[in-house]
Amino acid sequence: MSEGMTPIVKNTARLISGFIAVFGIYIALTGHISPGGGFAGGVILAAAAVLIVLAFGRSTAERIFTPSQCHLWDAAGAGLFLVVAMLGYFSGGFFVNFIAHISKGQVGKLFSGGTILVSNLCILIKVAAGLAGAFLALSAFRRQGVDAADIVVEGGQKA
Amino acid sequence: MGMEYLVLMLLGVMLAAVLIAVETDDLLSSVIAIGAAGFALSVIFLLLGAPDLAITQVVVEAISLVLLIRLIVTRRDTTGETETPRDALRTALVMLAGGVLICGAYFALAGGQGKGTIPPFGQPVLAHKAGDAVPPGVAADYLARSAEQTGAANVVMAVILDYRAYDTLGEATIIFVAILGAYAVLRRLGRRRDTRESDQ
Amino acid sequence: MSTGIYILALAVLLAGLYAMVAKKNIVKIIVGLLAIDYALNLMLVLVGYREVVRAGCRESGLPPILAEGQTPAQLAAMAVDPLPQAMVLTSIVIGLGLTALMVAMGIRLYERYGTFDTNRIRRLRG
Repeated sequence: MSEGMTPIVKNTARLISGFIAVFGIYIALTGHISPGGGFAGGVILAAAAVLIVLAFGRSTAERIFTPSQCHLWDAAGAGLFLVVAMLGYFSGGFFVNFIAHISKGQVGKLFSGGTILVSNLCILIKVAAGLAGAFLALSAFRRQGVDAADIVVEGGQKA
Repeated sequence: MGMEYLVLMLLGVMLAAVLIAVETDDLLSSVIAIGAAGFALSVIFLLLGAPDLAITQVVVEAISLVLLIRLIVTRRDTTGETETPRDALRTALVMLAGGVLICGAYFALAGGQGKGTIPPFGQPVLAHKAGDAVPPGVAADYLARSAEQTGAANVVMAVILDYRAYDTLGEATIIFVAILGAYAVLRRLGRRRDTRESDQ
Repeated sequence: MSTGIYILALAVLLAGLYAMVAKKNIVKIIVGLLAIDYALNLMLVLVGYREVVRAGCRESGLPPILAEGQTPAQLAAMAVDPLPQAMVLTSIVIGLGLTALMVAMGIRLYERYGTFDTNRIRRLRG
């Protein structure tokens, strides 16, 4: 069961998932210039992880990223977002765009917008890790074969 | 002028897809129909001038479809639905409340004397000038000054990550809690299954 | 015409509400909640749409992104409202988190009771 899909699907996934991941990071990085942003980029990056889990099966995918790694990156993204918010106190208050007060950069270039770029990256990490971890946890239940009776007997309580 | 007709047509497609998803007996068809509704919605977002939303809606819809198909594809529950008389009463009451909602919405849109509280389609609060009866919203300020105040060209990103960043913090918390809830629901059973698999 | 568009979006909302209340299958309830989510996001974005009159003909408003060589004053005169879009952007991703949570609960329910029918689940438990 956990061997995954046919070799055609596996080879295609091997080729494509890298491109999907890079595309997701690109959409998140240029969120302040063109449409997209951290949320769309995070979901696209999670889609690359979902592709790997679907094509190769859960046990092979766990050699690449484990659930505990996903939890770690998820919390790290959220924590970094809070750190950026707290650093705004240097310029006046909570969540103030302190980099824009120092140097705004040119509108339309990559390094503009101040903390918007950093926040987009934090949101990217957070959303991607959260969704990849959730899908990994959901894929532990792929088979249907467990009946209700088995679980009742094991748990010790009657249905 | 043509834009409204396109949006109306796509809304009709979306409504038809939702009705099919709700009424059909086959679960796989139901899930695919709701996926079609989601993709129609993303095209509607594109036509209404919201490209960020269109991108996000497309990828979110793809992942939702994968999740839903994961749920139903190996779980064959072929028996039909059972129905009790109390269900019919509950359904009737909720549909009555829904009808009251529609009437209230109609009055909000068209108004008692032809003046509704929701602005007509195509003239948002943003479009009022400073001397009107309705004061212009703060969005005109954001549009005019986001480039010089934040340096970002995408005003929507500037709104959610600079002007209204606190709301984004709340939203990140909600996603965190939802994913945590999914882990908590799945956790115990997963461990039991793993020990059973390692026993065999 | 404009009332018609709003009424259609409300009809999608009602269809989702009907699915959540009247259907007994867990999957149909999840589909109903997704339909309600779409309808609400759509209503928010519909309120923010703007039509501009340019050279005598009515055109749709521009997306709120500053293009090359465009001044902010031009953008403020011709762009759609960015605030509802900002709210809906986060709402869409929250909807995905909710879908993941509901699918997890659906999987758990099926593993425990062997069926998706809530009436049968209620009878099994009680």
